[in-house]
Amino acid sequence: MTRSSLLRPATAGVWLLFLGLAAVPVVAAAIQQPFWVSFFARIVIYAIAASALNLALGYGGLVSFGHALFMGLGSYAVALPAFHGIDSGWAHLALCVGGSALVALAVGAISLRTTGMAFIMITLAFAQMGYFVFVSLKSYGGDDGLPVAGTSRFGALNLGSTPVLYATALVVLALVTWWMAKLRAAPFGMALRGARQNTRRIDAIGLQARRLQLVAFVISGAVCGVSGLLLANLNAFASPSTLAWTVSGELIVMVVLGGIGTVAGPVIGALVFLGLEEVLKGVTEHWMAIFGPLIVVMALVGRRGVVGLLEVLPKTLRPAPPPVIAREGGT
Amino acid sequence: MAALQTQGLVKRYGALLVTDEVSLDIRPGELHAVIGPNGAGKTTLINQLSGELRSNEGRIVFDGNDVTALPVHARARSGLLRSYQITSIFEEFSVLENAVLAALAARRNAWAFWKPMLADAESRRAADEAIAAAGLALQAQVPAGELAYGQRRQLELAMTLAAQPKFLLLDEPMAGMSAQESAAVTELLRRLKRRYTILLVEHDMDAVFSLADRITVLVYGRVMFTGTPDEIREHPEVRAVYLGEETA
Repeated sequence: MTRSSLLRPATAGVWLLFLGLAAVPVVAAAIQQPFWVSFFARIVIYAIAASALNLALGYGGLVSFGHALFMGLGSYAVALPAFHGIDSGWAHLALCVGGSALVALAVGAISLRTTGMAFIMITLAFAQMGYFVFVSLKSYGGDDGLPVAGTSRFGALNLGSTPVLYATALVVLALVTWWMAKLRAAPFGMALRGARQNTRRIDAIGLQARRLQLVAFVISGAVCGVSGLLLANLNAFASPSTLAWTVSGELIVMVVLGGIGTVAGPVIGALVFLGLEEVLKGVTEHWMAIFGPLIVVMALVGRRGVVGLLEVLPKTLRPAPPPVIAREGGT
Repeated sequence: MAALQTQGLVKRYGALLVTDEVSLDIRPGELHAVIGPNGAGKTTLINQLSGELRSNEGRIVFDGNDVTALPVHARARSGLLRSYQITSIFEEFSVLENAVLAALAARRNAWAFWKPMLADAESRRAADEAIAAAGLALQAQVPAGELAYGQRRQLELAMTLAAQPKFLLLDEPMAGMSAQESAAVTELLRRLKRRYTILLVEHDMDAVFSLADRITVLVYGRVMFTGTPDEIREHPEVRAVYLGEETA
């Protein structure tokens, strides 16, 4: 049961997943369903946000119930400058990453003084504050939201075109996923995961758990902001509803559904969540009645979500290897 | 100059005085044991020395520097490392990962976001050495959560050694070990002696008396006596209070 034996098929699975996502525009064009591209663009964007959340939630054990805040900030980082005639993608990106990171630094610095339920409540409170700030900005549409007057332009690249946006989002997701895979085994990722398992020991060996968690929270917020930037370009619209607490909840469900703390889990989680939602909506208008129990079952069956199931299945098919070492009942 | 010196160290919880004016003077290269009955405040003293507990009064001087105000991570960085009586490891990581993380943390910050931690050659070497010294070489790839109790205790030690500290604070390294495992750890400590300055809290009297250069007896948070093992054996009060022997 060595790690490397699990790694190979897992890596191959991720490659297949991304190849499949890359094929979406081609297939959509072939069967003349252009709607598919924007639908999958939404999946890819949520996958970026969920991967960002996974850094804080899965690696760091920080149950942030307020990550919609960063998605919303990213969206308004496009809509607000565009409203004032600035459609430079670089300006949008700088505002998005800078703004999200700064807000994450402030939110993180305060929330990380607490743990557990208090941390969840404080992150939620900050996101709700963000929600009401944008609702109250009447000159920028208030609770109606703000249409994006000019989508982000990176030179000749205009994210207003859905195929361009899809390709860009997919590249961003691929880069984020690659980085998360590297980060997981890099000193920072190991120390962060160590802090989740045993905060006290991390400090005792000479690191600072709180500081590691704060940096993770800032990176997580900034990357989540980028997903908001892409979302605003996809919808050509920024809405306070992106900051709603339900969105934060959906992101958590995606991470848990796909496999918390795993590399590909958030991507699979976003795909399964939004895919199921779409399919079930076609079946019945009471789709939540089916969707809810499905999530409950998923949570009961596997602690590591879909990725956990994928890892367990081949093992149960193989004959059980002799145990490496006997577990003893000591305390 | 002492390797570690405390002057009038006090820790109280409300009216309860747990550490009462403890002054220690531990010489470089010495293996100094602290013994005492349950509740004597031995672990509290270790927590104060490591920085996990703030002292109400007194000073701690380590390696010539006043570290009284330094937080735990800063003391660890300066080479004052501890092990825990209640095993404190990273359950999801392999033995090797546990040791490399400890080795790396002692040397540099963890602000590296791309290259694998296990590729850090220097930390890897220190970790391999520590794992071998602690007798876990065969279990290096086993997740720490799957180790047997005695092996977990060995890993606890290996993590402290991997940091290659100047000073080891060992809180009952043999707690709950079988006689055989205890003997192995005693041998390990004998090998480590002189390479490191060690403060050892331990209930295993055979180990303490065979290893220690000097022994401090702690009773109700107060230092009752400090002396060589022979002096301790002969000390009437110590025998009465701690070794549980009636002096005729």
